[in-house]
Amino acid sequence: MAISEATIDSMLKDLPLPEKMVSVLREDAIKAKVSKKELEEIIDRLLEEYEYACVEPCEAVGVVSAQSIGEPGTQMTMRTFHYAGVAEINVTLGLPRLIEIVDARKEPSTPMMTIALEEEFSNDRDNARKLAWEIQSSHIEHLADVTTDMANMQLVIDLHEKTLIQRDIGIDDIADKLRDGLGATVHIPEIPDNQIVVRPNEPSYRELLQLAKKVHEITLKGIEGIKRVVIRKEGDEYTLYTEGSKLQKVLEIEGVDATRIYTNNIGEIYSVFGIEAARNAIIHEASETLREQGLTVDARHIMLVADIMTCDGEVKQIGRHGISGEKASVFARAAFEVTVNHLLDAGMRGDVDQLNGVTENIIVGQPIKLGTGNVHLLAKRHGLD
Amino acid sequence: MKKFSLLNHERIPMHEIMAEDEISSVLKQYGIGKEQLPKIKVNDPVIKEINATVGDVVKITRINPTSGKSYYYRLVIE
Repeated sequence: MAISEATIDSMLKDLPLPEKMVSVLREDAIKAKVSKKELEEIIDRLLEEYEYACVEPCEAVGVVSAQSIGEPGTQMTMRTFHYAGVAEINVTLGLPRLIEIVDARKEPSTPMMTIALEEEFSNDRDNARKLAWEIQSSHIEHLADVTTDMANMQLVIDLHEKTLIQRDIGIDDIADKLRDGLGATVHIPEIPDNQIVVRPNEPSYRELLQLAKKVHEITLKGIEGIKRVVIRKEGDEYTLYTEGSKLQKVLEIEGVDATRIYTNNIGEIYSVFGIEAARNAIIHEASETLREQGLTVDARHIMLVADIMTCDGEVKQIGRHGISGEKASVFARAAFEVTVNHLLDAGMRGDVDQLNGVTENIIVGQPIKLGTGNVHLLAKRHGLD
Repeated sequence: MKKFSLLNHERIPMHEIMAEDEISSVLKQYGIGKEQLPKIKVNDPVIKEINATVGDVVKITRINPTSGKSYYYRLVIE
């Protein structure tokens, strides 16, 4: 006879199982209309299986993770220089990207942002486009032809009227930005239309040529560093994808849905959203990179890597300047990289190695504290107080 | 710019400052001292948002792909 949902709930309450397992069990129990006795047996069997599946104490989970990520990594090397695009934007994938993630690079080679928009922008292509121009940086070469007029010692900027309208930039705005950026005389002649003339403060060829170079570096509209913005319809809303990443700046723009913005630059996530978001980003980026290559790695291995990278409150790389380089043991560090330096420095400082870890005990030839090596047998001797 | 709470971001899990007795029960459960917990910097944006100070322990409610909901603890450090 089937039992009620309330009974199932009370039976499942306080089980030492992860939440997800309990919710799946609850759903299935309701669907299958189990009897009380059946459910009791299911729970017993489940607990047994769960305990069996748990990692045993003293198991070297780090080594298992390293191998589980490393082996698929060897299959990735073949396709090292493959690039694939999300919405026509090229992003580094495959092994180079994976290395970038575990090295905790400050700046990835192809930073990219996914910007979700607020309702009034995400439903309307024109509004989304407008916002895109607010974000994408506009430089002079996008908007105008620049000619260096040697005879009159001036730069003549012929603006494309159509582009100005499209990007919603006024000629006065451009003149102001140029004045601020160049520190030269900028004026707008009456005729012809849409022209700006820039003169150096001192009429010398050197100044003029420098000006001609500098004028290209000024960001006239948008956010510096965002090279391109692509609009794509995701489901039934428009989403922006950017080439280049400036999280803090984009957050300040009106119309951006700040709760759903994402970048593949983990360093930026760390400084703007904090360590927990950075951990999530590491997991997301690493598993996406592996998944894109058609490799399946259990999420737990990647989670372990992300946890160890973020456990000290900052994103540390796996390597000489991070996890491996900060190990307490001299031998463990020497076994990893730059052996002689570590031994020499330790010798000069008179460091002591407590031989607590695995590597150092292998080096000196002692049993390691792993598996059975971590358990000691103590005899209780009676009558010998 | 309108104010938005970092904690509302879909990729930032819930952070809460823990009460003293809650901390001691967690430490007892794992058999460790407070300084053995993972750390979080006091200038972390989320820590600033919830106004935690050095020495506090924050409880983080993570949503994991494997286990559903799980708790993680970090000690706030300098």
